[in-house]
Amino acid sequence: MNIVVVVRQVPDLIEPLEIVPSGDALDLDAASFILNESDDHALEQALLLKEAGGGSVTVVALDFGDVDNTLYTAVAKGADRIVKIACDGDTPPAPRDSAAVYAEAIKPLEAELVLVGVQAHDELDGGLSPFLAAALELPYVGVIRGVKADDAPGTVAACKEFPGAVMARMSVKLPAVLGILGADQPPRYVPVSRIRGAMKTAQFEESAATLAAGELLLSVSRLYPPAPATRAEMLSGSEEEIAGRIAEILAEKGLVK
Amino acid sequence: MSDQDVLVLAEARGDALADVTFELLAAGRELARATGGQVLAVVLGPNGAAHAPALAAADRIIAVDDPQLAEYSPEPFASALREVVEAEQPRAVLTASTSIGWDVAPLLAARLDAPLATGCQAIRPDGDGLLVTASFCGGKMLAECRVAASPAILMMLPGSYRPTDETGKGELEQRKPAAPLEPGAIAFEQWIYPEAGDVDITQQDVLVAVGRGIQQQDNVELAEELAQALGGAVCASRPVVDQGWLPATRQVGKSGMIVKPKLYLALGVSGAPEHQEGMKGAELIIAVNTDPKAPIFDVAHYGAEVDMLDLMPALSEAIAARKG
Ligand SMILES: Cc1cc2nc3c(=O)[nH]c(=O)nc-3n(C[C@H](O)[C@H](O)[C@H](O)COP(=O)(O)OP(=O)(O)OC[C@H]3O[C@@H](n4cnc5c(N)ncnc54)[C@H](O)[C@@H]3O)c2cc1C
Ligand SMILES: Nc1ncnc2c1ncn2[C@@H]1O[C@H](COP(=O)(O)O)[C@@H](O)[C@H]1O
Repeated sequence: MNIVVVVRQVPDLIEPLEIVPSGDALDLDAASFILNESDDHALEQALLLKEAGGGSVTVVALDFGDVDNTLYTAVAKGADRIVKIACDGDTPPAPRDSAAVYAEAIKPLEAELVLVGVQAHDELDGGLSPFLAAALELPYVGVIRGVKADDAPGTVAACKEFPGAVMARMSVKLPAVLGILGADQPPRYVPVSRIRGAMKTAQFEESAATLAAGELLLSVSRLYPPAPATRAEMLSGSEEEIAGRIAEILAEKGLVK
Repeated sequence: MSDQDVLVLAEARGDALADVTFELLAAGRELARATGGQVLAVVLGPNGAAHAPALAAADRIIAVDDPQLAEYSPEPFASALREVVEAEQPRAVLTASTSIGWDVAPLLAARLDAPLATGCQAIRPDGDGLLVTASFCGGKMLAECRVAASPAILMMLPGSYRPTDETGKGELEQRKPAAPLEPGAIAFEQWIYPEAGDVDITQQDVLVAVGRGIQQQDNVELAEELAQALGGAVCASRPVVDQGWLPATRQVGKSGMIVKPKLYLALGVSGAPEHQEGMKGAELIIAVNTDPKAPIFDVAHYGAEVDMLDLMPALSEAIAARKG
C-alpha cells in the first residue's frame, strides 16, 4: 500500500507558553517545537501497515520548527521518502489554509491511504485531517485507533473510538484520509545512531506546492491563560510533609480508616 | 426558519441521548435568547422521534431518518446534517467535540465553506457575527475569536454549559432526506466492546490516576502499592494506556470512562480537557504535578508541586502509619 503521512510541528507544552505583545498570537520564537503526538501515531500506524503488507511510506511536512529532525527520525524508523513544503515567514498557516498546500503536495504522490493526526493542540479552526480530505476530494473518518488491512482488496479496517473504551469497526474503501488518534502499537523508539545514519543518506524532496492564504473565517482577537474560578489549595513542604498532610485530609474526610 | 436560529446536533448513545447534548441545548437557548432566534435540535437515525421528549429545550426537533443512518458512518451523517443546515440557514450550528463531532463538524464546514471553531467554551453575539471563547494548547490557553460569517460551526467542549430546565416549543418534525442517502466509502461494521474481567474503575470510591509523569512502566507498581494502601484502584490518562502500561478499561476521559469517585488522586496528569471530561465530577480531587501551571490544579481541591515518584512511596507510608 502506498501510504502518505502528514507530520506537524507544535509548541512543546512542557515549556511556558508566551504571547506576542499585540496579544493575539502565541510567541513562536519563545516556543520549542516537537512532533505533534497524534501525527507520531499516524506515522507508526503507516509503518505497521507497511510491515504487514508491503508498500511504501512517504512523510510530508511543512518546513517549519524542528522538522528536519522529525523527518530524519521518520526515515530511521522506516519511512521511504520525505517531502518538505517551503513555508516562508515564522508562522505556519492555520490548519484550514494549510490543507490546500498539503493537498497540492500530496496529489502527485498517488496515495492509497493518507494518515494524519486527528488533532494538533495548537489549532483553533478544526482538525487538518478532514479539511485535507475535502481538498483531496477523498472520504474521511477520524478519531481512529488502529488500522488493519482488510480481507477485501482495496479496503482497510479502521477502529473508531467512542466513549467508554467502545470502538466501532469501520470498513474503508481506498483511497481515503484517516484522522489517527492512536496506532495499534506505541510509536517505536529509534536509537540516535540510526537517526544520524539517516541524516547522512536520506534526501529531502522539495514539493513545488505553495501556500495561498485563504479567506479569514476565524480571527483571534486576544489570547490569555485561563483564570480559574477556584484554584487548588496548594500544599507545601517536603514530600514527607505533603504526604502527611494528604493523609490527614483523607482521614478528616473518612477516606482512611 | 430564521438566520438568527441556533441549530444543535443531538447525539444518541445507545437508547439515550449523550449528556453533552443537554449542554449544547443550554448553550443554544442562551445564544438564541440573545439573537432572537429559535433553537433547532437535529437528531439523526431511526429512533429520532423517541428522543423528542428529552429534547424539550428546543423549539423545533428535526428527526431525520434514512436506512444509512441506522449506525454511524461519516458520509451519510454529514450529508443529512448538511441538508438540514442548508434548508434552515441558522446563524450557528453547535456540535460537541465527540467522536462524531470531530468528523461531521469539519466536513460540514469544508462543504459549506463555513467558519469552524473547536474547543468552544462560551459564545455570544457580536454585531452580525459571534464572539467565541475557545480553549486550546491542552487547556493551557484561551482564545477570544470573532466569527463573521454564518453559519458558524462551533464544536463545544463538554462541561462548558450546565443543562437547563428551560423548555422551548418542542415541536417535532420528522423528515427523510430529499434523496436516499448514499452509503459512502466508509461503512460501519460492528461495535467492539472492551474485554471484561478487569477492575471496573467507575465503581471505585478511590482512584489513583497516573499520567505521563509516571515516566516508565516499572513505576506503575508504586501507584499500585499506593492504591492498595488506600483501598482503591489505579487508572490512567491516555498516553499511559497508549503505551500499553494499563488496559483501555483503566482510561479516564473522553474516550475512556467517566468516573465520580470519592477521591481522585491525579499524579503526573496535566489535566487536558479530554481528561477532565472524565473526572471533574469526583468529590475530592488532589493533584500532584511538577508544573505549577498544569490545568489539573484548576479543577483540584488540593494540589502539590512535587515529583510524583517521590510522593507515591511517602504517601503509601503515611497512610500505613495512620492505619497503625
Ligand atoms: C479525540 C481525543 C480523545 C482523547 N481522549 C482522552 C481520554 O479519554 N483520556 C485522556 O486522558 N486523554 C485523552 N486525550 C488526550 C488528551 O488531549 C491529552 O493529550 C492527555 O490527557 C494528556 O495526558 P497526560 O496528562 O498524562 O500527559 P501530559 O499532558 O504530557 O502531562 C504530563 C504531566 O505530568 C507532569 N509531570 C511530569 N513528570 C512529573 C513528575 N515526576 N511528577 C509529577 N508530575 C510530573 C507534567 O508537568 C505534565 O503536566 C484525547 C485526545 C483527543 C484528541
Ligand atoms: N450512535 C452512537 N453513537 C455513539 N456511541 C454509540 C452509538 N450507538 C452505540 N454506541 C456505543 O455503543 C454502546 C452500546 O450501543 P448499542 O449496542 O448500539 O446499544 C453505547 O453505550 C455507546 O458507547
